[in-house]
Amino acid sequence: MDTPDPTLDLETGPAYDIERIRADFPILGRLVHGHPLAYLDNAATSQKPYSVIQAVDAYYREINANVHRGAHELSIRATEAYEEAREVVADHIGAPSASEVIFVRGATEAINLVAWTWGAAHVAEGDEILLTKMEHHSNLVPWQILAGRAGATVRYVDVEADGTLVMDDYDRLLSDRTCLVAVTHVSNTLGVVNPVAEIAQKAREADAICVVDGAQAAPHMQLDVQAIGCDFYAFSGHKMLAPTGIGALWGRREILEHMPPWQGGGEMISEVRLEGFTAAQLPHKFEAGTPNIAGAIGFAEAIRYLQRIGLERVHAWESDLTAYALERLDAVDGLEVFGPRKDRVGVISFRYADIHAHDLATILDQKGVAIRAGHHCNQPLMTHLGVDATARASVYLYNTRSEIDALVDALGLAAKLFGVA
Amino acid sequence: MAKPGHGSDGLELSSLQDLYQQVILDHYRRPRNKGPLEGATHTLTLNNPLCGDVIDLMLRLEGDRIAEVHFEGKGCSISQASASMMGAILKGQTIEQALAIMDTFTRMLHGDADAAADTDLGDLRALAGVAKFPVRVKCALLAWNCLDEMVGSEKPGS
Ligand SMILES: Cc1ncc(COP(=O)(O)O)c(C=O)c1O
Repeated sequence: MDTPDPTLDLETGPAYDIERIRADFPILGRLVHGHPLAYLDNAATSQKPYSVIQAVDAYYREINANVHRGAHELSIRATEAYEEAREVVADHIGAPSASEVIFVRGATEAINLVAWTWGAAHVAEGDEILLTKMEHHSNLVPWQILAGRAGATVRYVDVEADGTLVMDDYDRLLSDRTCLVAVTHVSNTLGVVNPVAEIAQKAREADAICVVDGAQAAPHMQLDVQAIGCDFYAFSGHKMLAPTGIGALWGRREILEHMPPWQGGGEMISEVRLEGFTAAQLPHKFEAGTPNIAGAIGFAEAIRYLQRIGLERVHAWESDLTAYALERLDAVDGLEVFGPRKDRVGVISFRYADIHAHDLATILDQKGVAIRAGHHCNQPLMTHLGVDATARASVYLYNTRSEIDALVDALGLAAKLFGVA
Repeated sequence: MAKPGHGSDGLELSSLQDLYQQVILDHYRRPRNKGPLEGATHTLTLNNPLCGDVIDLMLRLEGDRIAEVHFEGKGCSISQASASMMGAILKGQTIEQALAIMDTFTRMLHGDADAAADTDLGDLRALAGVAKFPVRVKCALLAWNCLDEMVGSEKPGS
């Protein structure tokens, strides 16, 4: 492939070389409806840099083979690359051991894995599962299904009008009936960052396990699962520059070891007899079947890319951009931004006059501005906010102020079409 | 307070102007036949889980004739305007006629020029611009899907 140098120099110094970063993402150069793409739908999925695309490409060109089962060169190389990817993910999130990192399709599958294994083994009638009102459907429906099967009850910690958690309500609801607390690290609708370390600590004191949904946090912040103190951490690769179909579940070894396996099949066994089977060691016990090898390799490359830039610098860039976006949006008459003004990431939900979010998204799209409209898999939160849909613009490391300007300009077109004064 | 700038409006403007005609915005902002329907013989709620649009359609049938159509709902301008326009056009029609209008309307939304020229569609013709925005067709059809589910199988002779 004839592509620019995919590696970002560690020595780019304190300046954030946005032009260089943008040049790493081939899709950012395209036009949409004749306009430069302003991709502001990063909370749905991120774009991919050359280095990730090339890593996946190179895997298929050079070492494609099934893992853990062949004695031939390609299989050995593929297995090495796959297991090395696990190490990269584990290091990146501060996991004590790579064997505690399970590759899954994404945050959704990670959470379902916990619900169907730990949940099925430990949740009993009368138990309580504690969630919050801001959970993504992925961190809500699996628990409702589990509760329905086990005869347990799901309870929900309230959120303030600005979307932040009501911690007093958490203290009130957490009890000796609580067996599990599951909370999102960052809200996918309002950008709220939750105090997950405090939540995990209190859960531990109440003898409940704590599952953190990191789908919206992992792309934007340096993680340390041990410092958070949770028992499980779930996240998706595709929201952090990696391909779709790959994600990770980190779990505490002592818990994972005592969990029954989930899906049965090849890869997850150490021995199979007609009378039964013996499960494999961690992490393979939870990885039945041929895994997403190329995805895992792309995931590791995405993490390396983020590390080369540095998540602190990504965070600083995005904070500045978010502040700029909030300032520009707040200055638009009739536009209301939801969510807190500080301690947040750049996931910005808003409504504009009486223009429905879906209409806004159609109009903005004609100007090359990609946003999301709807309930964002967050219906209970929407109901709580008293809206049925919002428009959502979400930024990532490659977005610029001029893309925010394009967004605001396109809102002007929407105002004109709808006759909003 | 600042107003956002308009930038340069290119070709896309005419498609958008076709999509968001005054008559559509008028039905969106001042929906007709919205609210409960006394003596309704049929009611059905459908939603569009992707974008959250909801239509609750109510019919009062007298014999095989539609005496009244009301709706409740929330959602985008296209889904709500389409539901609002439906009442005036269907009132007094037989089920067979209503289903024929639905068929013509659906063809228009898929870009059929003959259908778009059919005066039987009345105000609904203002929605012809939806054809250029395929993902919005389901918005325009939401209320009609309710109708179809409620009476689609009641065609005479079926
Ligand atoms: C907070 C949150 N949790 C979970 C998910 C589910 O992620 P995935 O669809 O990648 O499994 C998302 C993605 O939209 C999310 O934003």
